Amino acid sequence: MKILVCISNVPDTTTKITFTGDNTEFNTAGVQYIVNPYDEIALSRAIELCEGGKGTVTVINVGEVATEPTIRKALAIGADDAVRVNAAPRDAYFVATQIAEYAKSNEFDLILCGRESIDYNGSQVAAMIGELLAIPSISIIKKLDYDGATATIEREIEGGKEVVSVSGKFVASCAEGTAEAKIPNMRGIMSARTKPLQVVEAVAVEEVSKISKFETPAPRGSVKLIPAESAEDLIGLLHSEAKVI
Amino acid sequence: MSVLVYVEQVEGKFKKSVFEAVSYAKAIADQQGTSLSAISIGNVAESELNQLGKYGASKVLKVEADQLKNFVNQAYASVIAEAAKKEAANIIVLSNSFSGKGLAPRIAVKLKAGLVDGAVELPTADGGFSVKKTAFSGKAFAIATLTSENKVIALNPNSFGIKENVSSIAIEAFNPEIKANDLTAIVKEIVRATNKVSLPDAEIVVSGGRGLKGPENWGMIEELADLLGAATACSKPVSDADWRPHSEHVGQTGIAISPNLYIAIGISGAIQHLAGVSSSKVIVVINKDPEAPFFKVADYGIVGDAFEVVPKIIAALKAHKA
Ligand SMILES: Cc1cc2nc3c(=O)[nH]c(=O)nc-3n(C[C@H](O)[C@H](O)[C@H](O)COP(=O)(O)OP(=O)(O)OC[C@H]3O[C@@H](n4cnc5c(N)ncnc54)[C@H](O)[C@@H]3O)c2cc1C
Ligand SMILES: Nc1ncnc2c1ncn2[C@@H]1O[C@H](COP(=O)(O)O)[C@@H](O)[C@H]1O
Repeated sequence: MKILVCISNVPDTTTKITFTGDNTEFNTAGVQYIVNPYDEIALSRAIELCEGGKGTVTVINVGEVATEPTIRKALAIGADDAVRVNAAPRDAYFVATQIAEYAKSNEFDLILCGRESIDYNGSQVAAMIGELLAIPSISIIKKLDYDGATATIEREIEGGKEVVSVSGKFVASCAEGTAEAKIPNMRGIMSARTKPLQVVEAVAVEEVSKISKFETPAPRGSVKLIPAESAEDLIGLLHSEAKVI
Repeated sequence: MSVLVYVEQVEGKFKKSVFEAVSYAKAIADQQGTSLSAISIGNVAESELNQLGKYGASKVLKVEADQLKNFVNQAYASVIAEAAKKEAANIIVLSNSFSGKGLAPRIAVKLKAGLVDGAVELPTADGGFSVKKTAFSGKAFAIATLTSENKVIALNPNSFGIKENVSSIAIEAFNPEIKANDLTAIVKEIVRATNKVSLPDAEIVVSGGRGLKGPENWGMIEELADLLGAATACSKPVSDADWRPHSEHVGQTGIAISPNLYIAIGISGAIQHLAGVSSSKVIVVINKDPEAPFFKVADYGIVGDAFEVVPKIIAALKAHKA
């Protein structure tokens, strides 16, 4: 079995988000980049499914050369090889088109994404790849069993879950529960340096959207403290002052 | 030109988030000086469909094909794209629910449309057509400009509100062709806790962290949530330790929520937690450590032991309701 895992390069979760250029650009100064946490989950599940020589895992990233340390991290976690599509990820449609193009010329049984990238939070790429390849896409999954031909998947729904069965090729976007994120060991880190990382050029894609500006949330007013002894006063305040109950 | 809203039904009923999406789509239709149609897939009673008129839909296309009884995003996307063509709709609105997230990107690709996922405000004419959306897991907002002719917008629940705007409504059966190739994913089972408020839609959320010491102490969290008609949530370590299910984990790597009221009990307020909850309208923090970072973003705070404070609040709430 051949699995393609899409990984995005995102700011570390502890990053304070600020912008430059009159709020038109994300301020990358001093920012550490990581493999998107959900993509680590997708990758970890892919590796589990391929354990014992059952298959290979390729990771793909659409990004410029600066993303290579993140790609190496994915190789250290256990991917067999990697592809970087050499372009800045303009928007989800651009990214999905690049990945779909690559998947068309390189046969994969299964394509896994993360549930969303923690920078742009689109939850878009996986389903777009599905549409571009005319194959099923299951978004926000929390369990994936796959025997190389048929998959049984649990997908999150409001207040519950749905069990879906898919035969043939498909795309899924993985959330927590799908796997425990694997941590690279020393051997993984050493071998990652020499694993193949192929760079391919991007195809042209028509622009459909762009981010024109960013905003940071308005600062909140200061906290009103209620003494623990009179904690019951909270209810009155929520009712008559905040008017939320 | 018109606006089309997809109205997701759950067991034949529309949730609040659907009426919110209709209200939002109606406001866009008004901005554009055009009308609003809705598309409903699955078995929904006429009385329920008629409710859409209350929020401004003047027409609803009703698709009741047997093959579409369960949600299969591939097939639903085809049907919605066909409906958009039929109605000459160039703006398609839907709710950014779990299903919506799997649907909107496919519709966008079919219609060569730009997509805003997680919209929180009405579009503006800045730069042509721009919509504010959440980014960086709630740590910021991005203004997405759609440059394509067709546009798809997935609205975050609890961001626009429900607005009545009564219109007379016509119900019309719609029978698009359904392709077998769109139906290869098969829904085997649906498990839904019907007695609980679902977290992404909840107006009030009561959330517990590691400060609660163990799963056996969640009784008071649930009692408080029940009294408030709230959903329950938790911090990541709590779900990692299996004290609570993953579906309750909020934050940067969990669910991002923006309820009217978020009550955080025994949660320190780490940056990753705040990312997912800081757009809540009112935040209450109960923590025994006055230095807990959560107090910096709280509207109301109680410095104290949750095991003493929460029972007092429960008692006060019971008295308030009585
Ligand atoms: C990549 C990554 C992603 C992450 N994503 C998320 C995420 O999405 N969501 C998330 O929540 N976390 C996330 N985290 C974890 C985050 O960094 C914190 O570790 C976590 O939020 C802390 O959870 P907590 O507040 O429940 O526990 P703690 O930080 O241990 O805080 C417990 C709090 O309870 C208080 N307390 C103790 N006893 C009592 C009592 N009797 N009464 C009242 N208060 C009491 C303490 O004062 C303390 O403030 C992530 C971390 C990483 C590295
Ligand atoms: N630049 C990228 N390169 C490769 N995969 C990506 C990229 N951006 C997003 N993805 C994948 O798509 C998923 C969803 O991203 P998004 O639609 O941006 O929320 C991520 O979790 C990744 O698996």
